Amino acid sequence: MAESYLLRGGTVVHAQTTEVVDVLVREGVIAGVGTSLDADASTTVLDASGCFVGPAFVDLHAHLREPGGEEAETVASGARAGALGGYGALLAMPNTTPAADCAAVVAQILDLGRKSCLDVVVAGALTVGRAGERLAPMAEMAALGVTLFTDDGMGVQDAGLMRRAMEYARGLDVVVADHCEDETLAHGGSMNESSLSAELGLEGRPALAEEVMVSRDLMLAERIGVALHLLHLSTARSLDLVRAAKARGVRVTAEVTPHHLTLDESLCATYDSVYKVHPPLRANDDIVALRAGLLDGSVDIVATDHAPHAPETKDRPFGEAPPGMLGLQHAAALTWAALGPEGEPKRFFDVLARRPAEIVRLRAHDPRKGGQGAHGGDIAVGEDANLTVFDPRARTVVTMESLASKAHNSPYVGMELTGAIRHTLVNGVGVVVDGELAR
Amino acid sequence: MIEILDVAEAFGEVERRSVRKVPTLKGRVVASLFFEESTRTRLSFETAAKRLSADVLSLAVASSSVKKGESLRDTVETIEAMGIDAVVLRHKSAGAPHQVARWVERARVLNAGDGFHQHPTQALIDVLTVRQALALRRGVESEGSGLSLFEGLNVVIIGDIRHSRVARSQIQAYTMAGAQVTVAAPGTLLPNDAEGWPITIAVDLDTALQRADIVSVLRMQEERGSGSFVPSLHEFTATYGLTVERASLLRDDALITHPGPMVRGVEIASQVADDPRCLVRRQVANGVPIRMAALFLCLSGPQEVHDG
Repeated sequence: MAESYLLRGGTVVHAQTTEVVDVLVREGVIAGVGTSLDADASTTVLDASGCFVGPAFVDLHAHLREPGGEEAETVASGARAGALGGYGALLAMPNTTPAADCAAVVAQILDLGRKSCLDVVVAGALTVGRAGERLAPMAEMAALGVTLFTDDGMGVQDAGLMRRAMEYARGLDVVVADHCEDETLAHGGSMNESSLSAELGLEGRPALAEEVMVSRDLMLAERIGVALHLLHLSTARSLDLVRAAKARGVRVTAEVTPHHLTLDESLCATYDSVYKVHPPLRANDDIVALRAGLLDGSVDIVATDHAPHAPETKDRPFGEAPPGMLGLQHAAALTWAALGPEGEPKRFFDVLARRPAEIVRLRAHDPRKGGQGAHGGDIAVGEDANLTVFDPRARTVVTMESLASKAHNSPYVGMELTGAIRHTLVNGVGVVVDGELAR
Repeated sequence: MIEILDVAEAFGEVERRSVRKVPTLKGRVVASLFFEESTRTRLSFETAAKRLSADVLSLAVASSSVKKGESLRDTVETIEAMGIDAVVLRHKSAGAPHQVARWVERARVLNAGDGFHQHPTQALIDVLTVRQALALRRGVESEGSGLSLFEGLNVVIIGDIRHSRVARSQIQAYTMAGAQVTVAAPGTLLPNDAEGWPITIAVDLDTALQRADIVSVLRMQEERGSGSFVPSLHEFTATYGLTVERASLLRDDALITHPGPMVRGVEIASQVADDPRCLVRRQVANGVPIRMAALFLCLSGPQEVHDG
């Protein structure tokens, strides 16, 4: 499709530098970067003044629920929420029904992704049915372009099995990712273990449950030499462990979520199950440590853990409700807030776009993935036009009606956020224009 | 709290009349929703409602729509649509009454025990029973004595604090009354983090008992004694049970309470349960007046969750 756009007057955020220039997009790729570029009659001019223009975001942690959970989200609806949030590519988590633990299910999700408004890649399950008992056919999924494997939602509890999974993954040159919570320590708990959980009478999920498994995984990965990605870290000590491992040269990357960067456990005192999530919202000290990690690089990326749940499953007593909250649509504003006054636009696009694209190897075309563009690349002539225009000063109050997900379990409803997505271009197409879905 | 105690004392009078019924809540409808097994709490709430002339809708969860997969929210909204004025809720999930209070439009919500969180009426029963015993001993009227009789008393709560909603409500109530609360339990049955709680954790149970004015013995659930939290019930009894030997350390004027149902021989020895210092029977008798007071005050006050 021969569409062309001119992003006018924004601050382009390159990997190392920034400059106020126009960006011309034609036939899916960047056709010009420079001052006062001309637009012909067929070119749509998009105002980017006062905004940052950078690579479209890549989310490595999206629960798109299809197949099996279509009452909560579909690939199409999750993609719309993602595009509104500035994302150009999503990594679909494998805890679908059935689980994405074989080529057939992976192929189905990839196919649904091709019909959606952005690029969808799939994380494969490490074990059959995510049951943590035997290895899933990782090679047949890798042949479809799967580069990251995880049983997310449930960590691999059996250390011996995790060792085998890492050894097998190393042979395939793929990334192993883990949801670190030792279930014998988490003990079916529903919020952070603290004096507050004791007072509220809710079973706690201690920070230790996460830290014990982070330690185990780091030691295994160090010994085996596999690339390890630690999902949604939530405690100060987890980050200390990662920092020390990186200093030793362990191949580890770490992600944090927008909610762990901005919300604390005190919200659970409302017993509103919208605040129930695994790992749980922690104490303020942890938030401070995660934010520091985001600035100093011990945290590599921000990923949403976007987890839609239909009201009939989420609207239950706190202890019984499923964990998880929406995240795709507002991650950018929350990340910008978490970076704080010391935050630079370069770091913002690094944690939301460049590093995640690098981890799952989306920076170059992979013919096996079929049809997807390259993400997280330079903003230069000839590159695929996956671009996000972020207005750091726009203020919006989140409303239920503005949510594009099928589910409505957003903890941000009613909050005023600073920073909003103005335009999202996916493979050269304006999917979001002036904050509204155009497709 | 003083108001509810005094109203309960007044309703206690009704108990002693030949016609044990007052027309206070005539025409009001109280729904009792018990999503967890309970005999005494449910019966005493329902009896209390009937003594106040309210109509009682009793939902037996085992044979209800809940069994057919209806959610708590729909169950409560359906029942409210039938025009009820109050919901008495017992649920295994902490905070369920708070959620229900958000979901209903006008009905009042009374917490009859939620998970490990709170069991406010039970703590009020205990405080009322103890106040009456203290008043009798001092030769004063309990009604109208406020909380003065509790000033500076030592309360020792023994047993499974961690999993006890009664303990949480008692700690709040006795502290509010001006008493000092000490808890004693094996390490696994203490709250995992009691920072900020107005309690002292006993280093030595026997020393704590020697100083105690009031001893609250909690029920020890059998499943906790299977090696999951303590190695065996036998070992629990030996270390934290109120045995005859331990009870002999108590002063003659100490008082013993137990929220029931008691497991004689586990958390409390049979002879101790029958000791004149033990108030268990009077606690049961105070169940109805306290719940009458709770219903009466709830249905005549502003809407909120009454958690103690």
